[in-house]
Amino acid sequence: MTLIKKLITTYIITAPLLALASEVENVNDNKWGLNLSKGVTPFSQDIYDLHMIVLFIVTIIGVGVFGAMFYAMYAFRKSKGAQAEAWHENHVVEAIWTVIPLFILVGIAVPATEALIKMEDVSGSEMTVKVTGYQWMWQYDYVDSGVSMYSKIAESSNFARQRGSGVDPSSVENYLLDVDQMVVLPVDTKIRFLTTAADVIHAWWVPALGWKRDAIPGFINESWAKIEKTGIYRGQCAELCGKDHGFMPIVIKVVEKNEFNRWVALQLENTDTREFAKN
Amino acid sequence: MADSMNLDSGHHEHHAPSGWTRWLTTTNHKDIGSMYLIFSLIMFFIGGAMAMIIRLELFQPGLQFVDPQFYNSMVTMHALIMIFGVVMPAWTGFANWLIPMMIGAPDMALPRLNNWSFWILPFAFSLLLLTLFIPGGAPAGGWTMYPPLVLQTGAAFPFLIFAVHFLGASSIGGAINVLATVFNMRAPGMTLLKLPLFVWTWIITGFLLIASLPVLAGAVTMLLTDKYFGTSFFSAAGGGDPVMFQHIFWFFGHPEVYILILPAFGVVSAIIPTFARKPLFGYQSMVYAVAAIAFLSFIVWAHHMFTVGMPLAGELFFMYTTILIAVPTGVKVFNWVATMWKGAMTFETPMLFALGFVILFTIGGFSGLMLGVTPVDFQYHDTYFVVAHFHYVLVTGAIYSLIAATYFWLPKWTGHMYNETLGKWHFWLSTISVNVLFFPQHFLGLAGMPRRIPDYSVQFAEFNMISSIGGWVYGLSQLLFVYIIIKCVRGGKKASDRVWDGAHGLEWTLASPAPYHSFDTPPDPSTIEGGVR
Ligand code: HEM
Ligand SMILES: [Cu+2]
Ligand SMILES: [Cu+2]
Repeated sequence: MTLIKKLITTYIITAPLLALASEVENVNDNKWGLNLSKGVTPFSQDIYDLHMIVLFIVTIIGVGVFGAMFYAMYAFRKSKGAQAEAWHENHVVEAIWTVIPLFILVGIAVPATEALIKMEDVSGSEMTVKVTGYQWMWQYDYVDSGVSMYSKIAESSNFARQRGSGVDPSSVENYLLDVDQMVVLPVDTKIRFLTTAADVIHAWWVPALGWKRDAIPGFINESWAKIEKTGIYRGQCAELCGKDHGFMPIVIKVVEKNEFNRWVALQLENTDTREFAKN
Repeated sequence: MADSMNLDSGHHEHHAPSGWTRWLTTTNHKDIGSMYLIFSLIMFFIGGAMAMIIRLELFQPGLQFVDPQFYNSMVTMHALIMIFGVVMPAWTGFANWLIPMMIGAPDMALPRLNNWSFWILPFAFSLLLLTLFIPGGAPAGGWTMYPPLVLQTGAAFPFLIFAVHFLGASSIGGAINVLATVFNMRAPGMTLLKLPLFVWTWIITGFLLIASLPVLAGAVTMLLTDKYFGTSFFSAAGGGDPVMFQHIFWFFGHPEVYILILPAFGVVSAIIPTFARKPLFGYQSMVYAVAAIAFLSFIVWAHHMFTVGMPLAGELFFMYTTILIAVPTGVKVFNWVATMWKGAMTFETPMLFALGFVILFTIGGFSGLMLGVTPVDFQYHDTYFVVAHFHYVLVTGAIYSLIAATYFWLPKWTGHMYNETLGKWHFWLSTISVNVLFFPQHFLGLAGMPRRIPDYSVQFAEFNMISSIGGWVYGLSQLLFVYIIIKCVRGGKKASDRVWDGAHGLEWTLASPAPYHSFDTPPDPSTIEGGVR
């Protein structure tokens, strides 16, 4: 009986929050963002589901524990004439609340392990992009085609973010999340990312892909993503890397495969593709 | 102000010097305890002022007040001060004041070491704070000091390293002293399983300190030689490994977070039974839970580094051990709730802060569990979600328990009751504002805001503004705390010896204010109750 009651209360408390949260899918242009984005890769959706499951579990436990506490504070107050009892042990109860959490943890660990194994499996990737962090910009090498490019914060943001620039950030399009040159990637392709850095540690993070990975000088880290929806996805460096750590955004533009090939060809001809990698 | 705490009641048979030399040379556990606590309170406001600057800059998008480099310095110094200058010294202060009284001893076992351990602190923090005024500014590489970034620190670098060395030495001295005291100076009849939980949690904290701080000292020494003596421990170009620093750092760092919180478990385990007027539920399981947490804390460190690119087996191992900590932590929370069950509760200020601790710390534990799930941590890591997590466990955890402990034992120390009405105000103002301050940071992190950035894109503006307002109210509310303490030291309603009608334990059998030397003669063994709180 109490379990059902708890479930209902949890639902009542969390439903509006979660409903709101699921509407806030596109991180880029929503205020009051509350929750993880579902993202656009199979992995990011797994992550999202796992996040929601664990959030749900802790919410239920929280409602139970805090509910009991508030009930105790209400029912067993001295001012209401409560008499303190003297017991201070009950091995059965203690065993129960040690073992049940163990089972819950196993329940969390199983899907988490599955997701992790999937994430670490880079086999069968169709192309490779090497990402190198610099203070304070990113370099992208398309290993298969030889295209190489740098990408740094867009001039509009960079100007506006200076102290005393007099520019209102909200008047700047994609303030701090815009670059001079986007990373163009093909949709529905298993892309292997190799992250490394040239100076200090950075971390390459586009929330829509579902993960971040440290870019460490002298190390090459492997991760992958298969992006299932065309569009523009924004992210930021996620590891403190000095003065302008807050100002090295990442923007990827995911396009149809043929369009991607066209972009690569243009790049190789050394045409200025900035226009392509914009909008 | 501390003078009135216990000078009058002191026996002066040792011809202790008076005036300021008394404080410099004192070997008395209460004097030293007071100095630790006052020092900690001062540092709380220095570190707090830095937090106010951080929240000021983050109030709106755009850079209005500080430069990015200075912002990074603020974040770095704020963390170092709060961890090493506030919470750790405060716990040593409480240990000094309380442990001899709780175990029926006259003083600490190693009084000169005690004096020395304290007096290192002001020097260490002078070194650290001086860096704010030297060319190149204060350290700005984060309290985690990751190379290669930290090696870009300018003239402040050696100051940082030596400050950390000193702080470590001070804490190890304090820990050795506590352990020597507890193992050698317990009154006859005070067996280990009769010790109050605060003493137990401190024993285990002491071992954590002694085991983990030398590791930190080693790590920062390697940083020092990397920077000045041409070694390449952490430089890939020279055959070293920057990730190794992170492993070493967090091998210290995770036990460190339990160093900050275990004594809090002891405090809450003293306060809740007192005001529920019922013995602590599951005393022995509390001791075992603390020991289990301490053991696990040494095998979970890499949960801070899930994104560095560990092998799958490593990630799985550290995920399993990390989420396993939830079990003993849960046991503690359940035990506190069971202690309240069928008690007769009243809600004086210490109890309010203790109850606030249980709820809000548990929320921090929940986000900890979420962070421990490796694949999801790939999203959470280095975002405001982590910032929210550690502030729930540290501010509404460690700091709340420190405040609760202050209200709880202050009447015993000063002989006066504090102002209960003001205390309640302090609680409610703090509790409302601290949640306004930190709860929205969960949302910010989930929505994608990285930590340690001085400026952010406009979609994060609303929650940052709310958070900043909460921050300032919280900061201002703490001035009330100081006012209440000063008022209580100066005067107030006379406190009885037992102070709280539900209080148990040897410290309450002493007079209020507590005499200068605690138990010159061992207490009557029949007054030792035990195993229940
Ligand atoms: C149920 C218990 C807990 C679990 C499972 C847990 C788990 C974690 C994890 C996985 C992280 C790393 C997050 C990331 O950077 O991605 C973390 C960070 C942190 N935790 Fe906890 N935690 C717990 C309790 C505590 C306690 C009790 C404290 C201190 C009183 C604490 C203090 C911290 C701090 C300071 C950090 C951030 C360190 C930094 O990166 O600067 N945690 N926790
Ligand atoms: Cu960065
Ligand atoms: Cu940890």
